[in-house]
Amino acid sequence: MTIQFQLNGEAMSLDVPEDTPLLWAIRDHAGLTGTKFGCGIGMCGACTVHLNGRATRSCITTMGSVSGQQITTIEGLDQDGEHPLQQAWVDAQAPQCGYCQSGQIMQAATLLQDFPKPTDEQINQVMSGNLCRCMAYVRIRKAIHLAAGSSDSSSAGSPQFYEPGQEEMSNA
Amino acid sequence: MIKKILSGLIVIAVVVAFLIVWKPAIDEIDRPSADSFNQEQIAKGKVLAGLGNCASCHTSDPSKPLAGGVDFPTPFGTLYSTNISPHPEQGIGTWSEEAFLRAMREGVSRDGSHLYPAFPYTHFTKVTDEDLSALYAYVMSREAVDHQGPKNQLDFPFNLRMLQAGWKTLFFDGDRFQADDSKGDAWNRGAYIAEGLGHCTACHSPRNAFGAEIADETYNGAVVDNWYAPALNTTHAAPVPWTEDELFQYLRAGGSKWHGIAAGSMASVVHKGLIEAPDDDIRALAMYFQDLTGAEDNAKAAEVAAGHVSQAQGMADPATRTGEEIFSAACASCHYNAPSSLKAARPDLSLNSAVTAPDPVNLLRITLHGIDEPTGLRGLAMPGFGPGLSDADLIALARYLRQSSGQPPWKNLEQHVQDARQL
Repeated sequence: MTIQFQLNGEAMSLDVPEDTPLLWAIRDHAGLTGTKFGCGIGMCGACTVHLNGRATRSCITTMGSVSGQQITTIEGLDQDGEHPLQQAWVDAQAPQCGYCQSGQIMQAATLLQDFPKPTDEQINQVMSGNLCRCMAYVRIRKAIHLAAGSSDSSSAGSPQFYEPGQEEMSNA
Repeated sequence: MIKKILSGLIVIAVVVAFLIVWKPAIDEIDRPSADSFNQEQIAKGKVLAGLGNCASCHTSDPSKPLAGGVDFPTPFGTLYSTNISPHPEQGIGTWSEEAFLRAMREGVSRDGSHLYPAFPYTHFTKVTDEDLSALYAYVMSREAVDHQGPKNQLDFPFNLRMLQAGWKTLFFDGDRFQADDSKGDAWNRGAYIAEGLGHCTACHSPRNAFGAEIADETYNGAVVDNWYAPALNTTHAAPVPWTEDELFQYLRAGGSKWHGIAAGSMASVVHKGLIEAPDDDIRALAMYFQDLTGAEDNAKAAEVAAGHVSQAQGMADPATRTGEEIFSAACASCHYNAPSSLKAARPDLSLNSAVTAPDPVNLLRITLHGIDEPTGLRGLAMPGFGPGLSDADLIALARYLRQSSGQPPWKNLEQHVQDARQL
């Protein structure tokens, strides 16, 4: 079936079966290879992208469920690759092999939306589903703290839904 | 002599039975043109149709609005909703307002045949004349859709519509809504919507062997169509009962930081039905249910919620360690919360109605199959973890979450997991 969605702000239309993983569409159809395949069952976090501004595992998110939705990958997090998290990643020299890092950064972006000044405990809890075989966890956490110091939580990846009670509501 | 009395009694019994069963047909009319209804009536009817969520049971294909065909599996066979668009042959185009009113109030079709109570006339009978008149104007001014859904597939003897007359004598009183003078206008408005067009108890109350709502278990919660509709009275298992403010947010947005999201048919109630209603009506509903749940104010509820989440996070039981690890790997990235600032977009599972429910079906089916937008909060979705979690993983996760909610363990989880995989 034809599925239309927004990928990094651009309209995309793909004729694929509904149960096609979003990750396939991103890598094979759109050719954006910053998002990585890890476990394929939603247990490692390497494939994390944003669905309407929030982290989701693209390997188990089906194309049928993203119809009409906005998807952001690491390539679209910031046009110039200068999102506060990306800068912090460089400053903290967070990656080693780098394979899991785009997933880590996309997950961290959602973390900072929900916890603008996260504690170690909050980082550990929210980032625990993003595995790193190089054990760069300490530097990843340091980078998140760095980004939180300079992060403007209203920047890229702000949520498209409303949090009840926190924003004005409309029936539109 | 005795023979004569007996045969007299039999004749009387047959006549009485006939009078109970037999309902006259109401004459057909020419389909009224849409502009024969005034716009105000139609607009009012649109809101009422939203409150009653008519469309979700009577629309199986969005391109054929109100044309019926939605299946309702019951223990007696499968019913299919009818075409209630104003099509003269397939729908209700030739129904007079009198015939429409009788169907809504008494569960009798225009031709005099009895309707099955899957159509909740048992609730619609409470609705006022004015509201039914507006609803008629709305329905009759819709597009006439030429479509007929499948025929009912009911087992004998449930396929005999006349037997419905007996059901009605047992379970149907046909009373209009009675306001409670000891309560305010808003409460009564909420009660009128909930018990009338809203037919909330149709899902939220258990039913007896005849498919009738059990009167003294109203709002005790029930499993309907493989979803658990939570209890909405004081028997609820939620750590934080519904407060007016929180239920208002939930009914407007589709999610609550203390209960989770609207899924199953409740998603359609919120996003397709109640969306038509003004804030005042939603507020009235919320006020009515706060009274039923016996909740205290929001500040108290927030305190209880924070305490509950803290305790759940502090839980360290070797028996549920595996489930906790799975939660950490697969769920925490989206579901972990700081106890003091719970977020609806990060549904806290120790408070969640899917976890506190006496039946695990909601938790299992959502974990396995996910939640698509626009179920729940608009813009949020959750992928299904069915392929990644083995039955053993899922059982361990469910046990851990259940324990974190403070509720007693679920029984027969193995069977529930296997059933949920088939949904």
